[in-house]
Amino acid sequence: MKIAVCVKQVPDTWAEKKLREADSRLDRESADGVMNELDEYAVEEALQLIEAQGGEVVIISMGPDRASETVRKALSMGADAGIHIVDDALGGSDAVATSAVIAAAIDGRDFDLVIFGSESTDARMSVVPAMVAERLGWAQLTFAQKVEVSGSDVTIERVTENGFATVTAATPAVVSVVEKINEPRYPSFKGIMAAKKKPVDTLSVADLGLDAAAVGAAAAWSAVNDFAARPPKAAGTIVTDEGDGGVKVAEYLTTQKFI
Amino acid sequence: MGEVLVLVDEVDGTVKKSTTELLTAARRIGDPAAVWVGPGISDAAIATLGEFGATKVYVADSEDLAKHPVAPAAEVLAQLMGEAAPVAVLVPSTADGKETAARLAIKAGAGIITDAVDLAADGDRVVATQSVFGGSTIVHSAVTHGVPIITVRGNAIAPEAAPATAARQDVTVTLSDSARKATVTGHTAAVKGGRPDLAEAQVVVSGGRGVGSADGFSVIEALADTLGAAVGASRAATDAGWYPHQFQVGQTGKTVSPQLYIANGISGAIQHRAGMQTSKTIVVVNKDPEAPIFELADYGVVGDLFAVVPQLTEEIGKRSN
Ligand SMILES: Cc1cc2nc3c(=O)[nH]c(=O)nc-3n(C[C@H](O)[C@H](O)[C@H](O)COP(=O)(O)OP(=O)(O)OC[C@H]3O[C@@H](n4cnc5c(N)ncnc54)[C@H](O)[C@@H]3O)c2cc1C
Repeated sequence: MKIAVCVKQVPDTWAEKKLREADSRLDRESADGVMNELDEYAVEEALQLIEAQGGEVVIISMGPDRASETVRKALSMGADAGIHIVDDALGGSDAVATSAVIAAAIDGRDFDLVIFGSESTDARMSVVPAMVAERLGWAQLTFAQKVEVSGSDVTIERVTENGFATVTAATPAVVSVVEKINEPRYPSFKGIMAAKKKPVDTLSVADLGLDAAAVGAAAAWSAVNDFAARPPKAAGTIVTDEGDGGVKVAEYLTTQKFI
Repeated sequence: MGEVLVLVDEVDGTVKKSTTELLTAARRIGDPAAVWVGPGISDAAIATLGEFGATKVYVADSEDLAKHPVAPAAEVLAQLMGEAAPVAVLVPSTADGKETAARLAIKAGAGIITDAVDLAADGDRVVATQSVFGGSTIVHSAVTHGVPIITVRGNAIAPEAAPATAARQDVTVTLSDSARKATVTGHTAAVKGGRPDLAEAQVVVSGGRGVGSADGFSVIEALADTLGAAVGASRAATDAGWYPHQFQVGQTGKTVSPQLYIANGISGAIQHRAGMQTSKTIVVVNKDPEAPIFELADYGVVGDLFAVVPQLTEEIGKRSN
């Protein structure tokens, strides 16, 4: 089985996120870049499938030079090879363009599965996996809390508003995973050393056969008009419990008409 | 004014409140036309859609549509975009809704905006308001290519009735082969008490690591039940297995925006705040006066939740009798 896992480098979730005044884009330089947390679950799931059934895991990431750290991290967890799509033309790409780039990187490379995290912690759109499935014409098996592969059949449990749906399809398929699916491993020292020797292909937009004018900020199909910090909240009333804390909250809730 | 397609979200044939919110939002930018995908439409459902301003209800109710996830709704909407030339398409910001919008954007060659909390018309453009980075930043954005496809967050817009007569119009859609590639073979409902849906609840009572155990959550549930509230939990509590994962609030859980959010034994990590910061009124119970969650509190008590919460529950019981 040949599995692609798409990973994204995002600003550390612990850092405060801000938009840049000049171009209304996320300020990525001011925070450390880390692998999107949900993508670690995607890498882990791919590794578990390969460990059980044999095969190969290829990491795909689109992002600036420093996103290569994220590709290496996935390789140090145990993936076999990487594809890093780097191109100045890609800066400011929207989800539509990102999905075109990723679909082009997947197409024609004989993958049986491509696995994503179900959302990135920066943009939080949860749309790229479905867009890639639409573009490739592959089955969409997303928001999985469980993935089972048997021969060419893939069955997942798709998390729904109140429980889960069992969804099944034949490969090739696009999968996305939620965090309760597994417990991602930490790279071992041996894994980190081995990752240094694993092959990573660096590809440009042209290498993928795409037109540079169709990606990036200028080609985005949506745009930010303006933005502002949310006005700060007025300081609230804080009291210390002296045996009557519950009653005090009840009084407050009564003045606010909740009771 | 042009037509605005609104994808209906329903449970067992009953229109969800989020759909009435979308219809209300749609009226700010055009004439709402509801789109029902799947079996089970009733006159009562059509009446509800009309009550909130839908002048038309497109109905694609073949059984086949419910057998495959996401892709069928995108194909129905894509066909209607061709036939009805709408000015915008609105979809709920659920997992299904966002993915339907995603596939539709590719099919229709149109831009997409997710998680709008408000909509306005600006000339012939639709401007969406988004609340990003855990509610710390307000963004106005617009689709610049094609008919805007916008997902609207639940509980962000207050539904307002505007009675209209909704005319049913049946739509026949032939699904593509690729839409049939994934098949739903079953549904498993999570065990659900009588509490309201977390994402739609007007009041949410949450517990964190300070609750200490699964048993400790009975204190949280008791308070929730006196207020008719949903129960939420921090990731520390769901990871520990004290409360089911589907009740997690935050960056990797549900985003809630109720009228009242009561946080008990939760420190207020940035990832938790991301899911509750836009709640209208926030009450905090925490024994550490330095806990960052107090920065968000309209009213806070520094104290042990096992003393404060049961007393509050009892007091509410007395006051509402
Ligand atoms: C990528 C990422 C995504 C995440 N997503 C989420 C998410 O979606 N949701 C989420 O919640 N977290 C999320 N987290 C985790 C988050 O960082 C915090 O670890 C988590 O929110 C902490 O939960 P807590 O506040 O319950 O626990 P703690 O931070 O341990 O706080 C417990 C609080 O309880 C108080 N306390 C203890 N005992 C009592 C008592 N008897 N009475 C009163 N107060 C008491 C303490 O003073 C303390 O303030 C995420 C983290 C990452 C890295």
